[in-house]
Amino acid sequence: MHIHKYEKIWLAFGIGCLIVFLTVVGVSAFAAGQQPPSCLTTIDPEKVDSTPPFDHPGLVKKGDKEYELNIVVAAFSFTPNAIEIPKGAKVTINVTSKDVIHGFEIPGTNVNMMVEPGYVNSLTTTFDKPGEYTILCNEYCGAGHHMMTARIKVVE
Amino acid sequence: MAQPLEKVDRRDAKLALAHLFVAFTALALGGFAGLLQTLVRSGKFELPAGISYYTILTTHGVLLGLVLTTFFIIGFQFAAVSRTTGALSDGSRRTGWVGFWLMTIGTAMSAFFILTGKASVLYTFYAPLQAHAGFYIGLALVVVGSWVSGFAMFAHYARWRKTHRGQVSPLLAFMSVTNMVLWLVCTLGVAATVVFQLIPWSLGLTDRVNVLLSRTLFWYFGHPLVYFWLLPAYMVWYAVIPKVIGGKMFSDSLARLAFILFLLFSIPVGFHHQLLEPGISPFWKYVQVVLTFMVIIPSLMTAFAMFATFESYGRSQGATGLFGWLRKLPWSDARFFAPFVGMLFFIPAGTGGIINASHQLNQVVHNTIWVTGHFHLTVATTVVLTFFGASYWLIPHLTGRVMTKAMNRLAIIQTIVWAVGMTFMSGSMHFAGLLGAPRRSAFSTYGNSPQALEWIPYQIAQAVGGTILFIGIILILVIVINLAFFAPKGETEFPVAEAAAPYERAALALENWKLWIGLVVALILIAYTVPIIDIIQNAPPGSKGYKLW
Ligand code: HEM
Ligand SMILES: [Cu+2]
Ligand SMILES: [Cu+2]
Repeated sequence: MHIHKYEKIWLAFGIGCLIVFLTVVGVSAFAAGQQPPSCLTTIDPEKVDSTPPFDHPGLVKKGDKEYELNIVVAAFSFTPNAIEIPKGAKVTINVTSKDVIHGFEIPGTNVNMMVEPGYVNSLTTTFDKPGEYTILCNEYCGAGHHMMTARIKVVE
Repeated sequence: MAQPLEKVDRRDAKLALAHLFVAFTALALGGFAGLLQTLVRSGKFELPAGISYYTILTTHGVLLGLVLTTFFIIGFQFAAVSRTTGALSDGSRRTGWVGFWLMTIGTAMSAFFILTGKASVLYTFYAPLQAHAGFYIGLALVVVGSWVSGFAMFAHYARWRKTHRGQVSPLLAFMSVTNMVLWLVCTLGVAATVVFQLIPWSLGLTDRVNVLLSRTLFWYFGHPLVYFWLLPAYMVWYAVIPKVIGGKMFSDSLARLAFILFLLFSIPVGFHHQLLEPGISPFWKYVQVVLTFMVIIPSLMTAFAMFATFESYGRSQGATGLFGWLRKLPWSDARFFAPFVGMLFFIPAGTGGIINASHQLNQVVHNTIWVTGHFHLTVATTVVLTFFGASYWLIPHLTGRVMTKAMNRLAIIQTIVWAVGMTFMSGSMHFAGLLGAPRRSAFSTYGNSPQALEWIPYQIAQAVGGTILFIGIILILVIVINLAFFAPKGETEFPVAEAAAPYERAALALENWKLWIGLVVALILIAYTVPIIDIIQNAPPGSKGYKLW
């Protein structure tokens, strides 16, 4: 097939960029561990209230400046819905849903993951700036979807 | 004496027009829903009579994302196939009508359950939200109808090849067939979840559903869906626009190669919509991210071909200097201007797509209104403006009329109105999304959250854009109705470009469907086998249905 010289240059440049880009993405994923939230733990969605750690949702101290935050998500609320976190804390957030699919997002941070019945999802973040943060649901879950919210206060 | 124009057979024209009629009806109703959404989200307006925002949003997504696109594409492709490979056989045409009525009845059925509030599950209908069974059955009929029409096109193409042994098929027919193969392979996924999971479950025959499997089957379909929308626009760009401007197609065989690459790399990639999901290992997500990015290669080929066509034409008209050819393009011809503006919008749209599909960056924008901004550039601008541009010759060609100068001028204005409205709406969606504003959400301040208050100015800008866009919808409807019923009688050309160079032997090799379909299946198996086995074997207890609206 005849390919024009300029098109060869254009494609070589494009494919070169693509390889560099995918390498950067791959290295940061597999060598630096920057993976999207992909927890593989399953749970019975109808027994969330009696399955640890979701039987006692909330913030749990795990070590020096290390915390676990377990949140139960259901239409149309987050439990607990008012959380205080010390500044600089490294927090692993675990979430699961008791009913339909929800989203878990904290605007202004990179905290964003899907919450699906039957699965625990999880990510780790550090709260460096004090202030009020909003948790909201960003996956449509029914009539009260846009009312679903909770607060995090990061304190000194 | 001038040669008589090559025309689409009159009976085939009726079939194509029936599809376009449903498509533009969907545009009118869906566009009105879109206007209401932007008004509600501005916080200054509430829907009357207790109508739910999510009923409106489901209507908008289904009518514009699924109905407008599928009907326009199938109608356009019937016309393109008939124009380039001759009138359909009576059998193929009858099959086409069966497909049309199945799709139309399915659409009416789904629309009924949406509008009566029994299916406010949005156009992605994620389980375990459970709509009325009639909604899913209607959607299944739409898909089956589209298959029937696809088979009519395949049969017609096969007959042409049999009677033209050793010849390369006309480009538009080849491209239509490629797009229908893509559609057939990808809709198998959504049909599987609708027919085997959701219909029995909504009828109460089964009480639980595997949520992750259903979503995965949906997204196996959801990404190639966007290429099913895009490829007909590329057909217009590759095979029609060069003729409209008076030039030649840059390369016939490279155009075919690009289409085959789109076919191969648009299907095994659905996980890039599921990057933030539990239950899927990050390794398989990354594999599909890599496959996703392969479509950049045919996209770059397409961009090159377009600008090469424009530049060669301009220079053949005596243009000089680096950009002199730009001045030679027929800016005042809406058949060129509308698709060209669509092409320009694809530059930011494609860039946004690269961000969305990136393994890590996705986390910043996932399920924010940024994503809505993104696909209003891709499908609602690039694709839709190209479809509008095609309608300006296709409809009068099919109805035996001609577009008047006044209508052409109105079409230029329509294009500008659309571009301005979309710049406002989509631009402010992108900005608000970066600040975290969620998509698919009615107006809310989230308890006067300081973050949510920051989004309000952008939401007002979206309503301004939405209002301008709605004016654009009224303008296109005026033009389309004029072209269909009122424009002066006459003959309009269905422009089909010739290649600059003679056919290459390579083009013939590109019609090796066994090879391409084999490769498509192999890539799908590589990308999906292990994760799907995982999803089934390690499944948590299934979910009951919920009606939470
Ligand atoms: C008058 C023109 C239009 C306006 C004002 C408009 C407005 C909107 C708005 C505000 C949303 C997002 C609402 C939300 O997420 O809460 C939306 C979603 C959507 N729009 Fe449009 N739109 C228009 C035209 C189109 C066109 C032409 C198409 C397709 C060809 C389209 C396809 C979609 C789809 C598929 C969704 C997603 C629905 C969902 O998330 O469930 N729109 N539109
Ligand atoms: Cu929600
Ligand atoms: Cu995609």
